[in-house]
Amino acid sequence: MPGILVFCETKDGKLKKVSREALSIGRKLAEKTGGDLAAVVVGSQAASLAADAGHYGAKKLYAVESAALDSYTTGQTTAAVKQAVDDFKPSVLLMGGTSNGRDLAPRLAARLGVGVASDVDQLDWTDGKLRARRSIYSGKVFGRVEISGTPAIATTRPNAFSAEVVAGGGAADVVKVSFTPVEVKSKLLETKTPEAGELTIAEADIIVSGGRGLKEAQNFSYIRDLAHAIGGAVGASRATVDAGWIDHQHQVGQTGRVVSPNVYIAAGISGAIQHLAGMSSSKHIIAINKDPEAPIFRVADLGVVGDLFTILPALTEEVKKAKAH
Amino acid sequence: MEILVCVKRVPDSAENEISVAAGGADIRRDDLVYSVNEWDNYAVEEAIQIAERAGGNVTVVSVGADAEEVVRREMAMGAGQGVLLNDAAFEGSDGLGTATILKAAAQKNKYDLILTGAQADDGAGQVGGMLAALLDWPYASLVNRIEEKEGNQLRVGREIEGGSQEVSDIELPCVLSIQTGINEPRYVGLRGIRKVASVEIPVLDASALGVSADAVGAAGAKVKRVDYFVPEIGAGAEMIEGSTEEVATKLVDLLKAKGGIK
Repeated sequence: MPGILVFCETKDGKLKKVSREALSIGRKLAEKTGGDLAAVVVGSQAASLAADAGHYGAKKLYAVESAALDSYTTGQTTAAVKQAVDDFKPSVLLMGGTSNGRDLAPRLAARLGVGVASDVDQLDWTDGKLRARRSIYSGKVFGRVEISGTPAIATTRPNAFSAEVVAGGGAADVVKVSFTPVEVKSKLLETKTPEAGELTIAEADIIVSGGRGLKEAQNFSYIRDLAHAIGGAVGASRATVDAGWIDHQHQVGQTGRVVSPNVYIAAGISGAIQHLAGMSSSKHIIAINKDPEAPIFRVADLGVVGDLFTILPALTEEVKKAKAH
Repeated sequence: MEILVCVKRVPDSAENEISVAAGGADIRRDDLVYSVNEWDNYAVEEAIQIAERAGGNVTVVSVGADAEEVVRREMAMGAGQGVLLNDAAFEGSDGLGTATILKAAAQKNKYDLILTGAQADDGAGQVGGMLAALLDWPYASLVNRIEEKEGNQLRVGREIEGGSQEVSDIELPCVLSIQTGINEPRYVGLRGIRKVASVEIPVLDASALGVSADAVGAAGAKVKRVDYFVPEIGAGAEMIEGSTEEVATKLVDLLKAKGGIK
């Protein structure tokens, strides 16, 4: 069966954006393979996602309904998705490149004896094989890989593919997957969430990032003010994280998070290669720096040479005005 | 606690301009500066700290013909043993191939815990999860906290989206992939390097490991490189000039146009 199966994650009773993106590229691949697009969702409410998955092109929804799957553990989720793979027998298995997607894919691949392309930003079906493009060596080079074995597995980089609603896409047909929970040797105790309401850089549409040009920790308020006004997330360069100005969770770059938001604003960031590796695939990049020679201007679409301490507050005010209209 | 840490020798992306060799089949590898994968330093540091607290030994293992230098460097941090896995048949291994080789090495000894870096130079982040699956051990990725617990368990924190941290109890033996920021890797001075310079590091090949040559290397790879290419770098930024107000207005116009302000 030349079908495409997409492992979809949920949040607040909806499919995650990155899962919708994976469904959308999955639908394009299915057109080429001539197979069906199906989603697999796990957890006690799995079947309730049928309409959501249908909007993004899934014809079937494999629902693995078990309370044991309501929180993620590598072992349990691997067993559940493997069952859906055994039932549907897809040619390609996709999942969003989230923390959990990237945790799950390798274990599942080893179980199935197949290969994985991680964090891909292009996918195609060529000569009966899945081809993927990935950015490697800190984004200095792209590599194209071909994945053999069935199913070929890939995790998709968040924001790299667009999530497209299919006109007239009705609810997916629910296929219940029979599943007996396996014994797992790890147990989730709790999830600690920092300051509520703070948007995360991994899935944000807009990121405002600060670097050493902020001079000291308290000046991150300039970044936060603009981010809050726009409704974006706060990012940071490695230097500021290493200096203890802001938590590691905000770090954009090779050793932090690789992000590709719609708009990335870099203020006071010179653009060390390790930072560029984490953000250069953003759709639109705006750089504000006092040094006209800063490498960040080479990857930016728009640049402003100047003092961020005057430009950021002015920009924050203008954004507030524009939003008030 | 017997701890195995898997490390990789990688081109140092901060030190190198990386370019693609003619034909696009590989990057140009002559003149590259290599170092140990950054994440692995955190994994080795964490292993040493656990052994210091709980007792035990740390062994560093690496796959590849030229890995001795990085294994020695990590031993200089304080790991007691090193092992090199090298065979012509290992060349061109994909993630699953590398995990297959490491699994064979892990089974040569009775380890309680295996640590890897969360990812390496190619950003795939696969080997730890695959190794755990092949060993049928529990696994957690992106680990940013480890505590020993009673009853042969560890309490671990995982870095997930949104700066959230998942806290789990995981049974030993297990495989953990270590995220940067979990600790501060110690400095390795010249003296440390000298101290381990003459320590013998065993080298195991495919037959010593009992690994079938067609299951690993280019022959066994399920993920094959088609080509490499250098991303097109844009023309550079269009520079906005003018007074602060003018600049702010232009930026807001752009944000509106690109959907930044709805």
